[in-house]
Amino acid sequence: MKQALQKIMSLLPAVCTAIVLLFLLVIVWDLFSKGLPVISFHFVFDYPSDGMTKGGILPAIIGTFLLTMIATIFSVPFGIACAVYLSEYAQNTIPTRLIRASIRNLAGIPSIIYGLFGLALFVQSLRFGTSLVSAGLTLGLLSLPYIITTTEEALKRVPFSLREGTLAVGATQLETIKDVVIPSAMPGILTGVVLTLSRAAGETAPILFTGVAFYTSGLPGSLKQEFMALPYHLYMLSTQHQAIEQVRPLAYGTAVILILLVFVMNLIAFFIRYKYRQNE
Amino acid sequence: MNEVQLPKISARMLNVSFGDKHVLKDITIEFPSKQITALIGPSGCGKSTLLRSLNRMHDLLPYAHVSGEILLDDRNIYDNGLSVTQVRRSIGMVFQRPNPFPKTIFDNISYGLRINNFVNTEIKKIVTQALKESYLWDEVKDELRKPATQLSGGQQQRLCIARAIALRPEVILMDEPCSALDPISTRKIEELILALKEHYTIIIVTHNMQQAQRISDYTAFMYLGELIEVGKTQDIFTHAKNELTRNYVEGHFG
Repeated sequence: MKQALQKIMSLLPAVCTAIVLLFLLVIVWDLFSKGLPVISFHFVFDYPSDGMTKGGILPAIIGTFLLTMIATIFSVPFGIACAVYLSEYAQNTIPTRLIRASIRNLAGIPSIIYGLFGLALFVQSLRFGTSLVSAGLTLGLLSLPYIITTTEEALKRVPFSLREGTLAVGATQLETIKDVVIPSAMPGILTGVVLTLSRAAGETAPILFTGVAFYTSGLPGSLKQEFMALPYHLYMLSTQHQAIEQVRPLAYGTAVILILLVFVMNLIAFFIRYKYRQNE
Repeated sequence: MNEVQLPKISARMLNVSFGDKHVLKDITIEFPSKQITALIGPSGCGKSTLLRSLNRMHDLLPYAHVSGEILLDDRNIYDNGLSVTQVRRSIGMVFQRPNPFPKTIFDNISYGLRINNFVNTEIKKIVTQALKESYLWDEVKDELRKPATQLSGGQQQRLCIARAIALRPEVILMDEPCSALDPISTRKIEELILALKEHYTIIIVTHNMQQAQRISDYTAFMYLGELIEVGKTQDIFTHAKNELTRNYVEGHFG
């Protein structure tokens, strides 16, 4: 009886895993079987044409790429600096704990709220208009709490004894952080950063009011311009277009490109970690 | 004065508390130059705390409060005029568990030299020298670019000793340096410590009574934050004056 129970209990997680994997497989199969046929050189490197029923999605790819770059430039330095402060310098006082708790809570705020906040702050108050920079900064804000939290976790995992070792050879606290703590935490930090940004790249709500456009005739030439982005393009093709049936294959193609983009970013994270492990 | 060795480093009325816990009480002790002093006593007696006071390791802890003097030669290391990095450069430390930096073997030793502004041309020579002095050279001379974490525990600990002596400190503090090692590695480290005595003043915390007898010249026994007795190792282990010391070294409590 006991052994039977043991067997069932050990099988249960395997069954759960199989179910989850099944869903994943169905989604991936559905997307790729319908999306891959439309993907061609033209689809990736051409502009949309004929009311977006034909042509490619180059502006959306470039838009998403630039958007992610802006979000990165803004959120990564601030996020890492903030995490270093919280983990290395801030003493464990009530204000510190309050700040930390607020940051954790920020990570749980729905992305549409960030979108509206970006609209109020960047688009209106700071007069950046609906533009690449407004949307990029909004995405950066959304990414910040994740980057801070994952970076802080990575820094906390660096053993205290290692810091002691550095200090014992006469290093200052800054040198300790710069030369030993951050390099040791780097794989964890980078993984957090890339995963956060790959998530941000797929967000629609934060860019909805802050700068994304249905259609732009060319590529965004300045930070002040509106732009196209993959997730919004996908949303638009699948729900807002006047000839939905006709553009459905294009929507699938866009979805596949978006997923591949995220997949490539995750691969990069994996590769960076692998490289760092080798050097350790 | 002629009979007694001049102290290299000494504590005067040292008191350390962590929060409201009074961990070290009025410790006054002298550590003779180029001799090995062992700090012994049951867990929690404050011997590690004393050791860490000697290179200001408690500076890291916001709740630690240190009062009294630690004199290196005749300068108080807690003096405002002396920077903590200067102090730690003259007083090296080896920890309980080997803690090599996640860098190559070479960089583990060169790191301390670089941040202390040694010139590049000197660094290579000093690294070689330090590895030789810590009996590690023959084992690693062909793989200086290998990550230090790939070495065995005993080799890592000798690397940590090399890292400390590369800076030519005056004092080396060792906090149970063999507690994580096997008997053969322990033997090698002990031989190394004995050899280092020629140039350095060494203070070692140990739980191992045999080890204290094998390597130390002087032994200090601590109990509940107080220094109970200090003297020549032979005297402490054969005819200690204090009854607590006698009971402890004979293994009646620990």
